[in-house]
Amino acid sequence: MNNIDNNKDWLFEITPKNNFFSLNFKEIWQYRDLLFLFVKRDVITVYKQTVLGPLWYLIQPLFTSLTFTIIFNNVAGINTGTIPPFLFNLAGITVWNYFTACLNGTSDTFKANASIFGKVYFPRIITPLSVVISNLIKFGIQFVIFIFFYLFYYIKGADLTLNSLVLFFPILIAIMGILGLGLGMLISSMVTKYRDFSYLVSFGISLLMYLSAVMYPMALIKEKLPKFGWIVEYNPLAYIIETSRYMLLNVGEISVLGLCYTLSVTLAVFFVGLLVFNKTEKSFIDTV
Amino acid sequence: MKDIILKAENISKQYRLGQVGTGTLSHDFNRWWHQIRGKENPYLKIGDINDRSTKGTSDYVWALQDINFEVERGEVLGIIGKNGAGKSTLLKILSKVTAPTTGSIKSRGRIASLLEVGTGFNGEMTGRENIFLNGAILGMTKKEITSKLDEIIDFSGCERYIDTPVKRYSSGMTVRLAFAVAAFLEPEILVIDEVLAVGDAEFQKKAIGKMQDISRGEGRTVLFVSHNMAAVKSLCTRGLVLEHGKVVFEGEIIDSINTYLNSNKIKELNIDVLVSDEYRKINTSRKIEILSVKFLNPLYDNCFVSNESIKVGMNIKINKWVPSFRIAGSIFNDEEIKIGTFFTNVKDLNTKQDQLSLEVSILNHNLAKGSYYFAFSVGTGDEENGNTEFDIIYDILNFEITHKTNIKDPINKWPRGWGNISFKSKLELLDE
Repeated sequence: MNNIDNNKDWLFEITPKNNFFSLNFKEIWQYRDLLFLFVKRDVITVYKQTVLGPLWYLIQPLFTSLTFTIIFNNVAGINTGTIPPFLFNLAGITVWNYFTACLNGTSDTFKANASIFGKVYFPRIITPLSVVISNLIKFGIQFVIFIFFYLFYYIKGADLTLNSLVLFFPILIAIMGILGLGLGMLISSMVTKYRDFSYLVSFGISLLMYLSAVMYPMALIKEKLPKFGWIVEYNPLAYIIETSRYMLLNVGEISVLGLCYTLSVTLAVFFVGLLVFNKTEKSFIDTV
Repeated sequence: MKDIILKAENISKQYRLGQVGTGTLSHDFNRWWHQIRGKENPYLKIGDINDRSTKGTSDYVWALQDINFEVERGEVLGIIGKNGAGKSTLLKILSKVTAPTTGSIKSRGRIASLLEVGTGFNGEMTGRENIFLNGAILGMTKKEITSKLDEIIDFSGCERYIDTPVKRYSSGMTVRLAFAVAAFLEPEILVIDEVLAVGDAEFQKKAIGKMQDISRGEGRTVLFVSHNMAAVKSLCTRGLVLEHGKVVFEGEIIDSINTYLNSNKIKELNIDVLVSDEYRKINTSRKIEILSVKFLNPLYDNCFVSNESIKVGMNIKINKWVPSFRIAGSIFNDEEIKIGTFFTNVKDLNTKQDQLSLEVSILNHNLAKGSYYFAFSVGTGDEENGNTEFDIIYDILNFEITHKTNIKDPINKWPRGWGNISFKSKLELLDE
């Protein structure tokens, strides 16, 4: 045999088994334009053929905050201290929304994209990444509204002070995004075979919100429900929301231990998610 | 020295049949349990050959089994085979959409696939935006696309609509645009599946021409899957014939096409058949059922002549009395395409016998040289009054049409491209 068939110069090899951890960063970098185009597609097509268009980005958090303010603060009487309740809720909801948008968007990656994944190959992780990034843009718009109300209350004379730690706010948001991405990748991989998980997500998210200190300060739950306070304390999301309120509004508490815990949970979830996602992407099309 | 660009070694792919449910959970669990103990996947040992018409014994089926082949640089390899032979599965593995169960594929070049056009098109976005999106999905960078944008738009012939959302496009235009994007891809290996089935004649010609340019002019390797033997013949240099997930032939394209067409022909020479349930695909009332069918007037074996009627003898059994009945039937060509249907005249049923012998003649069929097979049914009604069938049998009595003048001449005087019917025609000079 005089073939120039040496095993060394193959460009790549397709095999049934993949390495334990085979994330090909070079490949993802090659497809960076696709990531950008997916983000663009998500942003420009979401509210096409609607009259209010991107205003829907703003209407949803504003009305949710309003409802929460009426029910939890005016009716149920949760005390938010010197901070106007509406602003307190808006801060929590804006951050919380980013998480849910990431989780919802990524948790049906495989199912929603089955038709395209079934025909052409690109690094699958591009899809959930694009969801997280395009939601970041949405978050940005919603955050502008928060700033607008912040200034509004400030001018009205509310007692608002910025915490210098606000500089770390972007890092907090990044952690939130990574947690949503990791959890979403994990769930999307399991949904390919067992659809049960997609039902779990839809009702789980609404339940989780009540455990994540979105509409109450963390100290309150420890004070009122000392027996069940640990549920909230074990929830990494609660720390992120509490800390972001601490940074933005200077209320509540910051727990370094809690944040370390949150960070480790986030990284663990992210890597497990990535692992499962990588394993699933190779043959999910047979089971989806 | 062979310059091998792609090499497939022992590729197999197993699929699980049936639905995902609690059964899969227990199988998953069992597989996982074997895996931790370092044992082999227990479900890999079982599995049937993928033949969809027979009932298998196992829930697992091998869509591909031990596929080995090599592709040289610049070669256009045609992958042919019947529906369900595993062609698309093979392409899916090649384009990394799904992983093989065993085996490996080694490649010296980027592989881009054109499995079905229009993948990833977003209806809300304009043609121009979709060119970028689709190009990026297929692996091009923005820079590459920008440099070829004008050529792509020009090739698609959709210039006027390029800034209109794609959802307003006709399906033909979508296909043109999608093919244009893919045609300007520059991977070393291009995988194409059945794209030519759509688009008008002019565009198909353009597409075939473009693919010839790609392979001959630019020296790129193409893997091409199609049922269109004319396209395969004009494009490919080598062929790979798949049957039930196995490679049955590999070689020159002409030989491959002949192998493929012959494998359809030979099935078995069933010119006198006792009808069993394997010929019945759907449940019917069976008020009358067909017991046996056979050819009455073949030239020899199962051969007929284009301009002579085909006579079929048939035995039927009356299970429940009906006032009258007729026979209907369809003729299929070797590409499994139904090319025509007949309804005989109606016969009243006034005997007390429970079995009858019939003679069915198909007159003036004008079928051209080629291989065909029948489906028959017994029932009432026709295309005008609506029909009810008591019994239907499929895939039966395959036959050949030859031309009387050259019975012994093996050379095909009627190219496939001319179709299945040889029309009777006449020319007259009209005096003024």
